[in-house]
Amino acid sequence: MWGIAVIVFREVLEAALIITIVMAASRGAQHRGRWVFGGVLLGLLGSLVLALIADRLAQAVEGVGQELFNAWVLLVAVGMLTWHSVWMQQHGREMARDMNQLGREVLEGQRPLHGLSVVVGLAVLREGSELILFLYGLVSAEEGGLMALFGGGGLGLLLGALVGLVLYFGLAKIPLRYFFSVTGLLILFLTAGLAAQAAAFLVEADWLPALGQGVWDTSEWLPEKSLIGQILHALVGYVDHPDGIEVLFYIGTLLLTHLMMRMVAHSSRPNPGHKGA
Amino acid sequence: MSSLRLTAASLVLACSSMAPLFAAEGPTLVIRNHHFEPEEVMAPAGQKFKLIVRNEDATPEEFESKTLKREKVVKGHGEIVMNLGPLEAGTYDFVGEFHESTAKGRLVVR
Repeated sequence: MWGIAVIVFREVLEAALIITIVMAASRGAQHRGRWVFGGVLLGLLGSLVLALIADRLAQAVEGVGQELFNAWVLLVAVGMLTWHSVWMQQHGREMARDMNQLGREVLEGQRPLHGLSVVVGLAVLREGSELILFLYGLVSAEEGGLMALFGGGGLGLLLGALVGLVLYFGLAKIPLRYFFSVTGLLILFLTAGLAAQAAAFLVEADWLPALGQGVWDTSEWLPEKSLIGQILHALVGYVDHPDGIEVLFYIGTLLLTHLMMRMVAHSSRPNPGHKGA
Repeated sequence: MSSLRLTAASLVLACSSMAPLFAAEGPTLVIRNHHFEPEEVMAPAGQKFKLIVRNEDATPEEFESKTLKREKVVKGHGEIVMNLGPLEAGTYDFVGEFHESTAKGRLVVR
């Protein structure tokens, strides 16, 4: 049972942390719960479909269908998160400043929460299908019995959710003045981490060169598979011995998003519809 | 990808003086009763190759290797292909994550 719990926990953890960051970043936004929950639900549905066609997907494109699929899913998530970061840069300050309830609501309505919903859904999708395959295999083989399956599965799920909750309430302790700066940064590093993961999958598919294996190796100090390593991997994209291309994608995404955010910050400043700060 | 095949073909041409020739297919691992067979496979250093994992068990397995940086699920009675290399000479451990206590093996590159 414990073994099952550990595997379920590992698979659930990344999605749980992404959901947490999205929930924190969209604090105060209308209907965010509905968007996030919808994302999770769609992700689960997608996982089922994905688990059913896993064989065909794995054999597609000369055996690298799975890798390419993962890479594209990650890149879509990167795009959505970047969009949200840029949008928040453009409108976040007005939103905080605008005391006019109506003006706020109009702005909120335009906020790309559906983008965040997609990010959540894709996070669930990636881990969910593997989890379903794993659990289905256990059921069909009746390994260790159903008690172990439900006990272990439930325990793993619970532990994953718990780590998410701890992070959420930890973040909630941050004073409101800094809160959205922190969640903005978290989203930024999450985006970069996902981009690096996409690069890794493209290397596995042999679509991109690795550009050097093991730019650094910190697997002795902080193995990626350890609890802290896994949490850091999910949050900021920590990898214990990355390929050159992963580092390149990571830094490239950070720089590019930063650049876009600065551009909209400059272009939105002389906004005629607003009083000065 | 045909470009890959082309690369493989040119590699074959380039190494044609060295025998035996390394096939484009590469080593194959079979999972049986949650064990890898063979538990040790060889691969050439400094070139790309494919590693095939065939699962003859009914249960799924996840091929996982930290040093190779690979994690891939093999369905029950399924088969996966992984593009690996070019790798430096050395030993690369792998496990089946879903049955880590029995499914262990290593890839020896030289």
